[in-house]
Amino acid sequence: MKNLIRLFIAICFLLSIMAVPAVAGNVVKLEKGEPVHLAYWFVTSGPNTSLGMDSLRGAEIAIEDFGGKLKGHPIKLDGQDSMCGPEGGQAAASKIASDPTVIAAIGSSCSSAAKAGVPILWKMGIPNVSPSNTAPLLTDPAAGPDFDGYLRTCHNDNIQGAIAAEFAYSQLGVKKAATIHDGSVYAESLQRVFSDTFRKLGGTITSQEAISPGDTDMRPVLTKIASGSPEFLYYPMFIAESGHVTRQCKEVSGLENIALMSADGSFSPDFLKAAGKAAKGMYHSSPDFSALGDSYTKFLAKHKAKYGMDPEAPFHAHTYDAVILILNAIDKVAVVDGDTLTIDRMALNKAMHETKGQKGLTGDLTCNANGDCANPKIAIYKTSMADIKAGKMSPKPFWKKY
Amino acid sequence: MTKAQSLWNHGVKIGAIGGVSVLIIALVGMIESFGKRDIISGILPMGIAMALIICTLVAYIAADKTPISEKSIKFVNAVISGFVTSGFLALLVVIGRSFNMRDMLIAASPALYKALTAGIAGAGGIFLILAVGLICGIFAGVLILLDTFPRKLIIKALATIFILGLLQELIMPLIKSWNFGITNYLGKLFYTQNGLTIIGVVLAAVIFCIISLLWKANQNAIKGTYTDLPKGTQKKVKTFGFLVLAVFLIVLPQFLGLFLSEVLTIVGLYVLLGLGLNIVVGYAGLLDLGYVAFFAIGSYVVAILTSPEIFSFGFNFWQALPIAVIMGITAGMLLGIPVLKMRGDYLAIATLGFGEIIRILVLSDFLKPWLGGAQGIGAIPNPNFFGFQMVKPQHIYFLILAGCMLVVFISIRLKNSRLGRAWMAMREDEDVAQAMGINLVATKLLAFATGAGFSALSGAIFASKIGSVYPHSFNLFISINVVCLIIIGGIGSLPGVVVGAAVLMGLPELLREFAEYRMLVYGAALVAMMLLRPEGLWPEARHKIELHGDDETQTQTAE
Amino acid sequence: MFQKWKDRVTVTDIVMWMIGGTLLLLCLWGSVSTIRAGLYTRSHWIDFCIFGLAQGSIYALIATGYTMVYGVLKMINFAHGEVFMSGPFTGYFVAMALWRSDFLDTHPILGIIVIFGVAMFVSTMIAYFLEKVAYRPLRNAPRLIPLITAIGASFFLQYFFRGLYGSGINAYPDIEILEGFWMIFGVRVLKIQVIVIIASVLLMLVLYNFIMMTRVGKAIRAVSEDKEAAALMGINVDAMISTTFVIGGMAAGAAGVLYALMFKQVHFFMGFIPGIKAFTAAVLGGIGNIPGAMIGGVFLGLIESVAPALFLDGLGIIAPYQLKDAIAFSMLVMVLIFRPTGILGERLSAKKA
Repeated sequence: MKNLIRLFIAICFLLSIMAVPAVAGNVVKLEKGEPVHLAYWFVTSGPNTSLGMDSLRGAEIAIEDFGGKLKGHPIKLDGQDSMCGPEGGQAAASKIASDPTVIAAIGSSCSSAAKAGVPILWKMGIPNVSPSNTAPLLTDPAAGPDFDGYLRTCHNDNIQGAIAAEFAYSQLGVKKAATIHDGSVYAESLQRVFSDTFRKLGGTITSQEAISPGDTDMRPVLTKIASGSPEFLYYPMFIAESGHVTRQCKEVSGLENIALMSADGSFSPDFLKAAGKAAKGMYHSSPDFSALGDSYTKFLAKHKAKYGMDPEAPFHAHTYDAVILILNAIDKVAVVDGDTLTIDRMALNKAMHETKGQKGLTGDLTCNANGDCANPKIAIYKTSMADIKAGKMSPKPFWKKY
Repeated sequence: MTKAQSLWNHGVKIGAIGGVSVLIIALVGMIESFGKRDIISGILPMGIAMALIICTLVAYIAADKTPISEKSIKFVNAVISGFVTSGFLALLVVIGRSFNMRDMLIAASPALYKALTAGIAGAGGIFLILAVGLICGIFAGVLILLDTFPRKLIIKALATIFILGLLQELIMPLIKSWNFGITNYLGKLFYTQNGLTIIGVVLAAVIFCIISLLWKANQNAIKGTYTDLPKGTQKKVKTFGFLVLAVFLIVLPQFLGLFLSEVLTIVGLYVLLGLGLNIVVGYAGLLDLGYVAFFAIGSYVVAILTSPEIFSFGFNFWQALPIAVIMGITAGMLLGIPVLKMRGDYLAIATLGFGEIIRILVLSDFLKPWLGGAQGIGAIPNPNFFGFQMVKPQHIYFLILAGCMLVVFISIRLKNSRLGRAWMAMREDEDVAQAMGINLVATKLLAFATGAGFSALSGAIFASKIGSVYPHSFNLFISINVVCLIIIGGIGSLPGVVVGAAVLMGLPELLREFAEYRMLVYGAALVAMMLLRPEGLWPEARHKIELHGDDETQTQTAE
Repeated sequence: MFQKWKDRVTVTDIVMWMIGGTLLLLCLWGSVSTIRAGLYTRSHWIDFCIFGLAQGSIYALIATGYTMVYGVLKMINFAHGEVFMSGPFTGYFVAMALWRSDFLDTHPILGIIVIFGVAMFVSTMIAYFLEKVAYRPLRNAPRLIPLITAIGASFFLQYFFRGLYGSGINAYPDIEILEGFWMIFGVRVLKIQVIVIIASVLLMLVLYNFIMMTRVGKAIRAVSEDKEAAALMGINVDAMISTTFVIGGMAAGAAGVLYALMFKQVHFFMGFIPGIKAFTAAVLGGIGNIPGAMIGGVFLGLIESVAPALFLDGLGIIAPYQLKDAIAFSMLVMVLIFRPTGILGERLSAKKA
């Protein structure tokens, strides 16, 4: 027993010595030949793989276009799978945060993952730029200091949700709508913005239902929705669940001819696979690519040449812009000293937030203090039978506000 | 058994099993995706190394299993099975080159065939595969012909090289973070940016052989010295050993850097969980598949009390911690009541149900105003230790270490207490235990409560470590993982829990390249472990008899 | 009289009954207020029930596999959900090949039979080798050991198929003859659901008769009663256990294709949740008991479909369908409180449970 007590005292003593704060180093020093390390955390497995892989391809092309080198140091891109959910975001961010060579992170694909992961990255001083997190709360001034190191090059859903509601109310002329979300930050906030705007315009929301990710049998919940007899169903969820809802809507009495609408999270050829013929006549809101200029056409040609396919999801161009934004900012703040390159990640974050008028594929990027950098143009797309046969989302916007 | 039969049974059949294994590895994409990483820089990619290892291993097993004592037959069997194994791969390449199988098997890509044939087109590549298989078989045959000591030496030296190559991504950043003259030099000597250098390979093999030879020469002397010591001194040596271990554990994170410390904290959290479940399953014999519920409760209590996002209670971590543990214990009692009468698998599914109910309730929109719903609770402050913010994994590590020590201490004391013996009696036979005057209700509830308390403690630390809680983090897999780790470690054994957590939770984290195949390897390892070593890695001395006693009826029927 | 009653009933019993009673009262109250609020018409309720029946009959088919394995081996075959997944996942590629070549449009019945054949074959093979590799060497091991190999095999199979076929979206093609509705007694019913329900009922009848009537079935029952005695009677125990897995695998493969035809999407993880549900159903009905598994499956399917609308709407709980699994598990706990060995389960002795 005496030994145990002695041991305990010794341990306490040592603990107090060891617990001396280690200086949180926010400066990354690169010696000759060591790479500038960027880490992505997209979704690279599961039903939403197309969303993450699309971004990854955009990032790879961006690094190629940048020249693959930054002040003589090669650029290295690797990453983790954030799996489109908070637990995946936590895990991926913890792994990136525990790698001291990472200079900046790109990601995540889904807002839920970002909400969980960004504070973890920022605690370790790693700034992050997202190409596809659209949930409003991430750049909300009320988000707090945990999100100081966060920027995004895509639109904010305050815009997307409102446009969807305006489209439904003014263009389609529906007065009664219902929504479904899957509990993700993305779907939940998008349907909330939609509902609020729709109500403000004068419409009624008959029900706001929720399902769980991974559910397959939507018929009961759709029957419940049908009991309120809405004319319009808005379900801005991800590919698998949106596919189930689209198919099963046609099978529930009362909902056969209802207008259906989803959002950019399922704007992918994979969605047509999941929904099949039932997707005919369905609407999606997504960034307007027809409005983009020459540089985007060039990007598409490069994409086709490099990967033998067209982009699969709406966020490749945003990722391209995000990577260029990061690299430009690093270029600005990196200090060359002989062979070593010194990068202060705090200064990098500040420089990124101060980006003004960067010419990007998606337009001119100017970041505000909250981290919103996009200059969004959202359009509504309609899927036709021809699109389903071709297995591609419609390339031409069906309706746009501007 | 005739020689011809043996050739068929042991040469060809085992070769075929090996062939199927190699095919599995190739078709799930492991060979191709590990092709980018080299074990030996520029010479041996990791994917190919794995195929070689399997091929050689299969040939070795084939020879080893041959019941005929003639060495020549063993040798021939090894060669045959090595050849057969590679034959499967050769067949895959032949078929794959003429048919496009990619629509179905996504890994059957030209890149895979190129990796397998080392880029040689046409029949040359096929012959290369077969020749390599033959060489593996011959190598395994030669190993069989050798004496035990040189055989083991060669196998272990090769394993050392493989492991050194495998762990490059782990060792190099460490060396960089130490930034110390000798280690820097050694790092440059052994490793390139991708894989070991040739000098590194030779050096590693030579150094390993020298150490083994020295150990073999002196091992009896070293062991003898210890057993020769008088009892009192032996005890002192042991205490000293513990002290060294304690110091080692405390200074460990200073040397490990960010990433390994992070891994250590994950292992630590699972050790806490495992120690708790060990009481429920290991001591009391109640199979609980909903153990994650208490982990979730611990996390959420800390989150609600300390985070300003939903309610601003403004507690700090140390104030919230005891409340979390008490809530966990209460929940353990409450959830224990309905399942008191259930046994075996009914208990397992009912507890699994509890775990899911808790997760679904937390996830629901209905309770969102209080629990945050799917969007969880963020902005949980880090623990503050007398004005010192515990931010980095290295700091949280100390917190977890303290928690583990406390829980280990309680576990040890409980095990030999009246209560611990009552638990074990209950595990053996509930009816007899009751007849002996044990209050089953109280004993069961105490087991649930203690386990739940430890779990809640782990959850509380988890919440403050990660800074946010989400219902999805508390899924069934955590319960399953914890059950697996205590059984892999050796049920009822305390060091077993630590070993189990390190092997099941720590190792997969270390092998980052395996990320995509992590669960595949994990699953295969669970099956293999249970087939080869069902008693666990560090079994408790008594438990084997006890566990077998539990299944007396089954043992009898099968005999 | 009172004294006798007092001896038998303990405090815990009373507490347990109170918990069960509270749950029951909540359900009743919810149902009454939902029905009084009149949100749903008669046809809505019929729809809920049919959706539940279709889902439940698939659970029932999977659950028979669980329950039979439990009968002979007294173990939870955790990997059964993966047996269920492997068939339709492989069948998907057959279906797509047939669809692309227009075979599925010209000979739909034959095409569907081919898909069923392939899927059932794959599931059967997986089940057979699963038993042979992962369970047979552990025949005499303590009961937690095979549970762990089952969990390990489950992970392995999931990620093996993920590596093999990828993790993206795969959806069965639309088959013309399975789409649309039938009017049955004036009620509009989805064709596919009628087919699923009829096919499941037929399969379960065949299975039940096979177990009850044939020699092999009798041998399997003998093995699940007492292995040693069965062996003494000249029954090849190992072969019977293999047969059990084969039958369970066939049922799972068939259930898998029905599931895929109903929901279209197949992926490597699709077996996990139905697997857990079917396991729950098997326990609900009394594990080891084949009719019990069927009743448990249908009951669970109905609860999932009807209960959120019926119980929770009236209680004013928003988004009730998020909570359907919570209700299902609460029902399970409630049933087990009153009948600790399931609906049809025999009163097992301590040793057997």
